[in-house]
Amino acid sequence: MTEQMTGAQSLIRSLEHAGVDVVFGIPGGAILPAYDPLYDSANVRHILMRHEQGAGHAAEGYAYATGRPGVCMATSGPGATNLVTPLTDAHMDSVPMVAITGQVATPMIGTDGFQEADICGITMPITKHNFLVKNAEDIPRTIAEAFHIASTGRPGPVLVDIAKDALQASTEFAWPQKLDMPGYRPVTKPHGKQVREAARMIAEARRPVFYVGGGVLRAGAAQELRVLAELTGVPVTTTLMARGVFPDSHPQNVGMPGMHGTVAGVGALQRADLIVALGARFDDRVTGRLDSFAPEAKIVHADIDPAEISKNRHADVPIVGDCREVIADLVVAVRNDQASGRQGEYEAWWSQLNRLREVYPLGYDEPDDGTLAPQQVIERLGQIVGSDASYVAGVGQHQMWAAQFIGYEKPGTFINSGGLGTMGFSVPAAIGAKVGDPERTVWAVDGDGCFQMTSQELATAAIEGIPIKVAVVNNGNLGMVRQWQTLYYESRYSNTDLQTAPRDAKVRVPDFVRLAEAYGCVGLRCERAEDIDATVDKAMAVEDAPVVVDFSVNHDAMVWPMVGPGTSNDHIQYARDMAPDWDDED
Amino acid sequence: MSQHTLSVLVEDTPGILARTSALFSRRGFNINSLSVSTTEYEGLSRMTIVVNCDRHPLEQVTKQLNKLVNVIKIVEMDNDAAVRRELLLAKVKADTANRAAVIQTAELFRANIVDVGPDVVVIEATGKPEKLDALVRNLEPFGIKELVKSGLVALGRGPRSITDRSLRAVERSA
Repeated sequence: MTEQMTGAQSLIRSLEHAGVDVVFGIPGGAILPAYDPLYDSANVRHILMRHEQGAGHAAEGYAYATGRPGVCMATSGPGATNLVTPLTDAHMDSVPMVAITGQVATPMIGTDGFQEADICGITMPITKHNFLVKNAEDIPRTIAEAFHIASTGRPGPVLVDIAKDALQASTEFAWPQKLDMPGYRPVTKPHGKQVREAARMIAEARRPVFYVGGGVLRAGAAQELRVLAELTGVPVTTTLMARGVFPDSHPQNVGMPGMHGTVAGVGALQRADLIVALGARFDDRVTGRLDSFAPEAKIVHADIDPAEISKNRHADVPIVGDCREVIADLVVAVRNDQASGRQGEYEAWWSQLNRLREVYPLGYDEPDDGTLAPQQVIERLGQIVGSDASYVAGVGQHQMWAAQFIGYEKPGTFINSGGLGTMGFSVPAAIGAKVGDPERTVWAVDGDGCFQMTSQELATAAIEGIPIKVAVVNNGNLGMVRQWQTLYYESRYSNTDLQTAPRDAKVRVPDFVRLAEAYGCVGLRCERAEDIDATVDKAMAVEDAPVVVDFSVNHDAMVWPMVGPGTSNDHIQYARDMAPDWDDED
Repeated sequence: MSQHTLSVLVEDTPGILARTSALFSRRGFNINSLSVSTTEYEGLSRMTIVVNCDRHPLEQVTKQLNKLVNVIKIVEMDNDAAVRRELLLAKVKADTANRAAVIQTAELFRANIVDVGPDVVVIEATGKPEKLDALVRNLEPFGIKELVKSGLVALGRGPRSITDRSLRAVERSA
């Protein structure tokens, strides 16, 4: 059945067919034809953002909240180039996302026309795939392929760049019934022999660990993981991207690995004789110095992307497949082994790890000058708001504290920018997450540096009725950079003081409370420990508007533990100049 | 470091050459030669890429190439089990004094003289890269004014075809 319409109408109809209900975007010259039928669409809600970067991160937040591709839209040239950061972010963290950009009309392409940028060329290395559409009749098929590519296999961002004359041309609409992509065949079903071999190694290991990454979240395999963990009794460490995939309250969770992981989490990897990596990619922030990472461990590496396997660390048993299927098959294989009497024996290992947990728990010192400890703010926030809410972090100290001091019990409740480390991610991603799951309380946990990179999206939240809550952990500095200056640059604080919370507190530039109010949000401030609970309660009581809380905190607090950049995990510092004692046998 | 020849079967879509070559440069590989042409199937092109690199990085770049949506199949050609050919065109100084010697050298390599001028000839030769290198060495004393090569193309020996097999895989998965 075909119907005559413009390319632009065909685009909106295609989005409806792809199941899109929300588009985050900003109109402009080249994409303008698409905004006209969008105005009429009963199924697609367009949320007008204040910057295209915000639109991209909102699409990511939406994808986290729903598991479906987030969609953003921008015009040609600067509109499109403003999407470069969120596209890269989504590429690094495997977030399903479809970006639609207008392009100058085909006769203008290549002429350096007004607002022309070769966005397909620019985004080639930062998208899973991209398309340039020059003919109206190609629009439905391209949109169908874009959504298929974005959401299957290892998810990722797909950009569809559509020339303005293709949007304006008349065409017959026909939604493709079948996609023909001979070069795109992601493998999801793992190899049985490899899975059985992995199960055998788990049974034979003495010091195994499950190294769980974001792939388990993307695969929706939290349930399967729990079954496998409890069946085997193997310790579990969840990376920054996988916080919440395995409950923090579970006794087998030894915490996060990596640069700011727990001593037990880092130790579990470093001292293991078997690492079973599930949807994780041996990122440098996890491995530390690669040549000294987990020197005694054999590696089972399961990932849907074959290119991740043996990229950084050689895999003794490679398993290509969707983590949900891999883990489900592993459960069957382990049960079979156990039925024939082969079961792992990890008691000594657990007593070693339990000692690390007891001796080196996560913690922090309260500042002695009466200022607020940022860790305490974040910890109390998590305790009061609870594990049903979503927490969306920016990048830096507050992000690490949000990963460390909030207890996550459910998959997808911690959203952050891991691979790219995009400051400014938090507020727009929180908007997207709230739109995707309106019933859920969404807290952006942001820093004062990050917040100023995308705070203009408060306007979006206020006007579109998206009542997110923002906790600005305001130490008046680019905190993580300052921490490195303290540790590695002799406390020479070059260009890290932002003046948002000066020690004399006379002038704050900007004053976040007044900024929030200017944007039509509720602004609150908290500067003393005894006010934390009441302030959070007050923020929680606001239901009809976004809330921004300026938690003005101590400037000098640092994130611990820490594996220094470029050093071995063996040299993790529990606190400054204090290395843990790994193998105390007493 | 060793030399590797990859045959890459791709969909003939805009930008596929850029996508492929960008992957190599992004990961720090120098491409020795790259040639692209149509194949026996409409809509499919085949690239032959020669690179110098170690085994592990080659595996990584091959896996990354495989992830490109328009790449259908990649086969590393075994030098002994493949026919490898390159085309060379060379403009060589040849005046009345040495023209006979130039022509004789060309004939030794079963090369053809395809253009003759007052003091130059253009020589066309095909063969394995090693043979063409030897030809060039022998022509150098006469003076090579201009030289161009097509880049290597290669085809596996025996009855099997990478196109057949990969297209069968496509049908199965459809």
